[in-house]
Amino acid sequence: MTDDAVAPSPVVPSPVAPSPEVYDVAVIGGGVVGTAVLRALAGYELSVVLLEARGDVGDVTSKANTAILHTGFDAVPGSLESRMVARGYALLSEFAAAWGIPVERIGALLVAWTPEELAALPGLKAKAEQNGYVACELVDAAEVYRREPHLGPGALGGLTVPDEAIICPWTTTLAFATDALQRGAELRLNARVTAAAASDGTIELATGLGPVRARWVVNAAGLGSDLVDGWFGGTGFTIEPRRGQLIVFDKVSRSLVNSIVLPVPTALGKGVLISPTIYGNVMLGPTAEPLTDRTDTSTSAQGLEFLQDKGRRILPELLAEEVTATYAGLRAATEHSDYVVRMDADQHYLCLGGIRSTGLTASLALAEQAIELLGAAGLPLTPRPDVPAPLVMPNLGQASVRPYEDAQRIDADPAYGTVICFCERVTLGEIRDAYASAIPPVDVDGLRRRTRALMGRCQGFYCGAKVEQLMAEFGEPPC
Amino acid sequence: MLTPDVVIVGGGPAGLTAASALAALGVRDVLVLEREVEAGGIPRHSHHTGYGLRDVRAVLTGPAYARRLVRAAQSAGADVRTGAMVTGWASGGRLRVTTPDGLLDVAAGAVVLATGARERPRSARLIPGDRPAGIYTTGQLQNAIHLHQQHIGTRAVVVGAELVSWSAVLTLRSAGCATVLMTTEHEVAESYAAMVGAARLALRVPVSTSTRVARIIGRDRVEAVELVDDRTGARSLVECDTVVLTGQWIPDHELARSSGLDLDPGSLGPVVDTALRTSQPGVFAAGNLLHPVDTADVAALDGRHVAQAVVAWLADPAAILAPPVAIHAADPFRWVAPGLLRPGDPAPPRERLLLWADTYQRFPRVVVRQQARLLSRRTLPWPVSPGRVFRVPWSMVSQVDPLGGPIVVGLG
Repeated sequence: MTDDAVAPSPVVPSPVAPSPEVYDVAVIGGGVVGTAVLRALAGYELSVVLLEARGDVGDVTSKANTAILHTGFDAVPGSLESRMVARGYALLSEFAAAWGIPVERIGALLVAWTPEELAALPGLKAKAEQNGYVACELVDAAEVYRREPHLGPGALGGLTVPDEAIICPWTTTLAFATDALQRGAELRLNARVTAAAASDGTIELATGLGPVRARWVVNAAGLGSDLVDGWFGGTGFTIEPRRGQLIVFDKVSRSLVNSIVLPVPTALGKGVLISPTIYGNVMLGPTAEPLTDRTDTSTSAQGLEFLQDKGRRILPELLAEEVTATYAGLRAATEHSDYVVRMDADQHYLCLGGIRSTGLTASLALAEQAIELLGAAGLPLTPRPDVPAPLVMPNLGQASVRPYEDAQRIDADPAYGTVICFCERVTLGEIRDAYASAIPPVDVDGLRRRTRALMGRCQGFYCGAKVEQLMAEFGEPPC
Repeated sequence: MLTPDVVIVGGGPAGLTAASALAALGVRDVLVLEREVEAGGIPRHSHHTGYGLRDVRAVLTGPAYARRLVRAAQSAGADVRTGAMVTGWASGGRLRVTTPDGLLDVAAGAVVLATGARERPRSARLIPGDRPAGIYTTGQLQNAIHLHQQHIGTRAVVVGAELVSWSAVLTLRSAGCATVLMTTEHEVAESYAAMVGAARLALRVPVSTSTRVARIIGRDRVEAVELVDDRTGARSLVECDTVVLTGQWIPDHELARSSGLDLDPGSLGPVVDTALRTSQPGVFAAGNLLHPVDTADVAALDGRHVAQAVVAWLADPAAILAPPVAIHAADPFRWVAPGLLRPGDPAPPRERLLLWADTYQRFPRVVVRQQARLLSRRTLPWPVSPGRVFRVPWSMVSQVDPLGGPIVVGLG
């Protein structure tokens, strides 16, 4: 146990400076990319604001992905995505270590189930090397089963990717936003941007909370990034949302799989994977369904059946376990294979569009890229001399010590020994801290993302009512 | 480090009754660990009457019954600790317990698991659709209404038509929420007890049989459920703001499983012999962890029963046990408890085998065989009914040959 385990959870005072009439930069979209860009901008002598349509950060695409920290081994060589993922992997690894974001470097294993897939593996290794990733190794069927003894019959060989890792996507977005706030950035939630217009050398953004003016605008609007781009004359891309349904299995299944088990990608997509989650579960998914409705995150009987069929073949024993959660996320795919990053210096506008599920890994690299592009376009960049130190985020990871098992912490504060959510072992102290944090939850989903409360096998049978009561108590605005 | 003679994990009817019984048998130091802030288990939030018939010989409401069991255990001398959750079980039998007063290590002479059962939630039932608020299990619903006085909606669909489902209907009514429909995937509604029949008439709730929830609809709050009739494939929408998923019990077996106890593949609870010993010496189990679920009083009587074997173990841990004969469930039964019989052991609790089926038979002819040999065949006067434990008198198994191989209980 390290000393910082008893450090208070991050609490950031509200900024005391009044909001300026015109911000230097407004960022549209509070997902993992938007918050990363906000944080990077707040490292300079700039007034910056983030406008988020939802009541919380990371509440749309960033909350429902496969939560993998990618090496970029399978990216398109030479693409922007390839560069951003490789660079982002290093940056996010470092950031996560400093901020206490759980990461487990469990590695990935691509498994070939047909002769065609087996034949494709050397090409994938070569592609990884073109992407600058040289640690992949071809392994035979015996080695595949040695690494993953519970795999179903028929594996012919594999390719290892030792540095693929799993990460908590929720804590990542929250940490970016929290750091941005402590660097003086402003966060406006429930502020859906509905229009943009040039006015007096600035850009006026119409939002649900009234107009916001800024000298520069960054579009990180995810599923809405093409619409925002249109206001600035962009015609280069259209979001074609791709729904990914996922099934999460009970923690007792965790011992069935050691690494991220990937299929060999085909022209149709990356396929269905099975991976441990950072919370100690096992995940099966995603589907890849093109949709037109940008809000349809429902699951479907067909989707769940499809995943079960795939899962039964890859890891038969998994299907005998209880399902803890099913959910669906929408990837902000476009007609292009690469990210759409476009700087319009004349309009003081930067577009970060079409960022798919690799955006979690790429987020800090995209932020770095955004700073570079904005600076080159004329945004004055004077580094702040007094950038605050990292805070330690509450640990949601199963692999490191959590409050319920931390004697020192419980002795200092009995609330950490008061288990509220039994299945996930979430304590009263953690729920209280979430409400006292810089960005408190606004609903039960938000509380789940900050504490793991209610995301376990009983889904509220035991603690659902108690948690609701605590939400009402802690969530009361102070008089 | 605490070193009680016996530690009981779970302070519901089975655990509390085991504690009372052990104390009555002269075991000095009995520790009950209950993770909720109050002991008593599920009856705490089940406000209707009907508790206690078989064990305390009274008819009580759930909360009154729960209080009575807690008082009985305490006055017998057991230490009932609430807010104490077992969060680890090291090899060698030492339990790690999280409490507000710090982490505790408990090394007891014997462990009794009485962790109960829960209902499968929406995710485990793989019900597709949106993810709005307003979806409950009965446990969560009753917690919300009776322990926390929370507001529920006004129009509910109750999924399931078992005893617990009617309990949910009563709870909803007490909170001003009408049940517009009950659905069951079975061909007939499960509940036939006289009390429930009367309730059904009085409550006037329509029941759709052979019906599944195909989808839940609603962005923030439930707006409707889409139902599918499994006989015709016809789909229909029912408007509602609340969905209660009842029944489909699964034992809370995480601890049993993490410690490597043999589990029954049908019930998913630990395999026990008729004395309620698990596969690990010194570890016992009782209550709905073994038979998800029977009524609270039956769970409690398991607790009384297990005390005998625990006392015997404490007196002579080295005693050699006779090799067991396995008891298996045959179609249509999904599981049977207990699953082992050791020659010379007492009959199981209440001298009955408990079984579970997913089909209905009004006049079941029960057949007990040992290998090819017919042990007994008898038509029982109570039905096999999905959603309810089916009970078979132990006398049907009394002719067993200790070396004759596994016993199979089925219909024929």
